Amino acid sequence: MSNEFFTLRVNGVDHEVADSWLGESLLDVLRDRVGLMGSKGACTQGECGSCSVLVDESLVCSCLVMGATAVDQEIVTIEGVAPIGAPSDVQQAFVDAGAVQCGFCTPGLVMAVHDLLERTQAPTDTEIREELAGNVCRCTGYGRIIDAVQQVAVLRGSRP
Amino acid sequence: MTVAVPTSLDAAVQLLADQPDAMLLAGGTDAMVEINDGHRRPDGLVIALNRVADLRSWRHDPSTGTVTIGAGVTYTEMMDSSIASLLPALAEAARTVGSPQIRNAGTLGGNLGTCSPAGDGLPVLSALDAHVRLVSASGERVLSVHDFMVGVKRTAIEPGEMIADVILRTRLGWQGYAKVGVRNAMVIAVASACLAVDTDAQAVAIALGSVGPTIVRCTEAEQQLAGSVDWRSLTVSADALQTCAELVSAASRPITDHRSTAAYRRHAVGVLGARLARRAFTLEGDAS
Repeated sequence: MSNEFFTLRVNGVDHEVADSWLGESLLDVLRDRVGLMGSKGACTQGECGSCSVLVDESLVCSCLVMGATAVDQEIVTIEGVAPIGAPSDVQQAFVDAGAVQCGFCTPGLVMAVHDLLERTQAPTDTEIREELAGNVCRCTGYGRIIDAVQQVAVLRGSRP
Repeated sequence: MTVAVPTSLDAAVQLLADQPDAMLLAGGTDAMVEINDGHRRPDGLVIALNRVADLRSWRHDPSTGTVTIGAGVTYTEMMDSSIASLLPALAEAARTVGSPQIRNAGTLGGNLGTCSPAGDGLPVLSALDAHVRLVSASGERVLSVHDFMVGVKRTAIEPGEMIADVILRTRLGWQGYAKVGVRNAMVIAVASACLAVDTDAQAVAIALGSVGPTIVRCTEAEQQLAGSVDWRSLTVSADALQTCAELVSAASRPITDHRSTAAYRRHAVGVLGARLARRAFTLEGDAS
């Protein structure tokens, strides 16, 4: 049973979380207690996907996870995807394709695209749209985001 | 407030027996929205169920023709081809839920526990006459899903009980799920329907979501359709489909709310019922 103190393993590092209200979402714990601001909060009801993280390799909205229940699980946030200055292929493709405008949705989308390409190496445009249905972008119109995903599939050799 | 993360069903049931007013937290896709919005503020014990291994598996028993799905099985897991081949409508309904993120978290037990009329799994459970096994420290009981769903977000669960699994009978015959919403994905149903054919019994089951306080079964439409089908060729007439749509609409009891109007829901659910029937059977006069 947890109490006021619990430990979360985030990006391979243990973080002791103290003085939080135990009902707080994992998103709030990550941002306000652990100090990782990459995951964004917009809707806090699972609609927008900007808070997407991996919990035990499963893509979830961190706003819908009660933080104190994520003990003993491997949490990966956008900060854990690649070191600063050495972007992942997905991050680089977003830059190259012009898939980033205001950038608020980008961390969640990068998490979702990494997860998508783990499961489907050469997705069709329709599959990409369906798989990214939980990540809302209000700037790009999605065209360049889909371009970025396809660029990664090509670079990884999954698509000619 | 305290949070418990049990890993076995026995441990979870014991925690609940000690504190029957504890809040059970499944995938969190409903509960955390309420908590984030401040509509719900747990102050006692919260029992998280997502690490209870006993709840996270499912099994097929060919000798009894049943599939037993643990309450903690997620929509993503229900979309898997192994479940889809046994219970196509359930897999189809799971695929229409939210986004990958939501389907990775949301569970069949959570869908039942919330008991929203818009729960995508529930019309399927109703059409397939599922049974729900509830466990507590003093034993267990098995309820028909029709008796389990009491009203809008109200169930027959008693204090100290939790949902262990759902038992479904496999059947020969086409089955499917369809829903209408404002988008093609990531949407809560404005109206939904499940149709399941039982070719052995020459029967049809039709259950509707989002058009009543709980899931609605359309007994008249079911009997009319089953009586109109030529069961040797599995064909049906266009007139019978039209009557089916009318009877499905008549069985619905929709309300007007922020998602839609009662009139639209009544119309749309009839269209869905006839559309599913058209998929299940061949239209008379069509080549194949």
